[in-house]
Amino acid sequence: MDALIILIPVALLLGVGGLAGFLWSLNSGQYEDMDGAGERILFDNPHDDRPDAA
Amino acid sequence: MVQALAHQRFAEEVLSVANMNCGGCVRGIERALKNTIGVQDARANLTTKRVRVRFDAGAIDSSRLVRTLAEAGFQAARFDGALAVTDGDQKLLLRCLAVAGFAAANIMLLSVALWAGLAQDMDAETRNLFQWISTAIALPAVAYAGRPFFRSAWTAIRVFRVNMDVPISLAVLLATAMSFWQTWTGGEETYFDAAVSLLFFLLIGRFLDASVRGKARDAADNLLAFAAGEASLVDPATGAVRQVTAGEVRPGDLLLVASGAKVPADGKVLDRSALVDTSIITGESKPAALQPGMTVFAGSINLGDPFRLEAATAADDSVLAEVTRLMEAAQQGRDRYVRLADRAAKIYAPLVHGLAGMTFAGWLVSGASVEQSLVAAIAVLIITCPCALGLAVPAVHVVAAGRLMRRGILMKSGAALERFAQVDRVVFDKTGTLTVGRPELENAEAISDEALKLAAGMAYASRHPLSQAIVRAAVQRFGAMAPARDVEEIAGYGVKSGEDRLGSRAWCGLPALDGDDAITVVWLARPSLEPVAFHFSDALRPDAAQVVGYLRQLGIGVSLLSGDAPAPVKSVAAAVGIADAQSRLTPKDKIDRLNRWQAKGERLLMVGDGLNDAPALAAADASLSPASAADIAQTAADMVFQGQSLAAVPEALQVAAAARRRVLENFALAAMYNAVSIPLAMAGIVSPLLAAIAMSTSSILVTVNALRLRGSPKPWTH
Repeated sequence: MDALIILIPVALLLGVGGLAGFLWSLNSGQYEDMDGAGERILFDNPHDDRPDAA
Repeated sequence: MVQALAHQRFAEEVLSVANMNCGGCVRGIERALKNTIGVQDARANLTTKRVRVRFDAGAIDSSRLVRTLAEAGFQAARFDGALAVTDGDQKLLLRCLAVAGFAAANIMLLSVALWAGLAQDMDAETRNLFQWISTAIALPAVAYAGRPFFRSAWTAIRVFRVNMDVPISLAVLLATAMSFWQTWTGGEETYFDAAVSLLFFLLIGRFLDASVRGKARDAADNLLAFAAGEASLVDPATGAVRQVTAGEVRPGDLLLVASGAKVPADGKVLDRSALVDTSIITGESKPAALQPGMTVFAGSINLGDPFRLEAATAADDSVLAEVTRLMEAAQQGRDRYVRLADRAAKIYAPLVHGLAGMTFAGWLVSGASVEQSLVAAIAVLIITCPCALGLAVPAVHVVAAGRLMRRGILMKSGAALERFAQVDRVVFDKTGTLTVGRPELENAEAISDEALKLAAGMAYASRHPLSQAIVRAAVQRFGAMAPARDVEEIAGYGVKSGEDRLGSRAWCGLPALDGDDAITVVWLARPSLEPVAFHFSDALRPDAAQVVGYLRQLGIGVSLLSGDAPAPVKSVAAAVGIADAQSRLTPKDKIDRLNRWQAKGERLLMVGDGLNDAPALAAADASLSPASAADIAQTAADMVFQGQSLAAVPEALQVAAAARRRVLENFALAAMYNAVSIPLAMAGIVSPLLAAIAMSTSSILVTVNALRLRGSPKPWTH
């Protein structure tokens, strides 16, 4: 019973954290381009100035 | 200070890029733009096929951006005027969905504990604690995530109407209020889980519905951006020419229309004479010769010399004003259509509320307390709440829209799909609908390989529609072709390469002929060769005859209503096998014909592309336009199809018919589930657990049934 007093708020807080994270990602436009995002990871970094980078 | 200045200098523009298909394109587009001087940032979106560019308005203008992309191999177009950014709706639904999902999951966890506790005598204090936690989650969640339903229900109630959202809102609010009361008084039965998961499932349906419409709207906007095109604006003082989008043209502006280009705005012809293909406006396949002062309409194609044009206001010209007026009148007929879901709601809402009322009265009469009677009545409302219904229709529409979109057909709304399902006559326009709406070489067999090769080599350099038709014919015959060297084009006359000439009779040095149709015949002259004539006509869409035959086979009537002259209409009707064909119709005549059929109880699908078809498209029960259609026709049509094939017509009809069957099946499933559960609820033996299980299973059942639409019926191929 005592455990519940701690565990239920902890569980809820974790849930609220997930919800807040989702709402933040939604508002910051991360779902605007679902097809392009997966492709972008393949691009070379434009600021990559290692000598061997083409 | 610097920032404020910088903020003023930078402009932002969104461009539509038609051939953005992969990650490589995204990169190519961004790189091409970022390497352009004056561009500060560019971000391409692969999903919407658009790129957002921020640039220094002083250093570069947006038509330069379009040219930069063209040089990099991408076809881009600017949006006409302000782009309607209305995805706020979809975002709100997604936020509500997230909140409802979080709340439903957490309350369900607590509810499972409560149900287990009922079996193993959980002590009242713990039970009450769990109920209070549920309350704390449910109240804000319902208040937040229920807004889309409450708002819609309130709008309906205010004008004394009922829609599906009225019973939904009522059930959610009553279930929440009753559970709160139970918690407050230490009762056992709380329905927070049912109320919140109801919202969650229904929001999924709403979100699906909104995303179909959003996708279709984006795609339609992209099509229109390309259809509108650009205009060459002439500065009257200096004579300098500047490129603007068609939407930026103001009345009184002086415009230059290049040879072979589309007229960007309605206006008065200023030059000596102009020869234009007006088929998209009037359906007439023969080019029209316009004198100075005559009106030319946007969408016409200049087949002759470049000419100047003074842009006019829409009010100035009688044809467009007439078309708009006819459309507004015609639209009212379609607005009378009531969606299936709303029709169901009309029967459903009074029935459910009646049953709940009866339950309350019945329990009270048989001696139960007010509270007990109320609990039973609310249980009826919750169990009958149209969760399955709210999901049944949008799920079917989403699957149908996805399937149609893969076949190049854009569906603008779910209601359109329902109207398509009941069509029993298809009415076609001729030019641009049964035909491709652009000239094709007619006498290809009569032309020798040598002459065709020669002509195509020269024509390759020209953008003129007739030149392009010669090139297409050559590519079809030889597979590939070699462009001629040193080609010179004199707009309005023809092209030459050394001694060889291709163009009008006069250009080729031939004497004029009596009755010679100077436009649909092009001549090829070479000193060593007899002059060769190339005849052009508007070719049929490749599968027009098969589509007409197939529609007949389905038992659907087929008619042809055209604004063109009787002779070309007759020949097209004979070629595709339509017996009922009428020619020389004005937009008003077309509506009259449609109304006559409608008076006989027939439901019509109008397929057309021209400005003159727009009122008919609005008047018919359902309408379809090719993507090459005039803006106003595309706007009026329920669906827009891309590509050369007319197979979109049977495909749209069959998917619509199948979708209607799935929706009705889903309604039947929901009715069956209600037939079992309502008596249980009225008898007062529905527990919160039973309600939760019944709700999820019925929702999953209707969604799975909707998914069957992906594969059946098989797409039609000839």
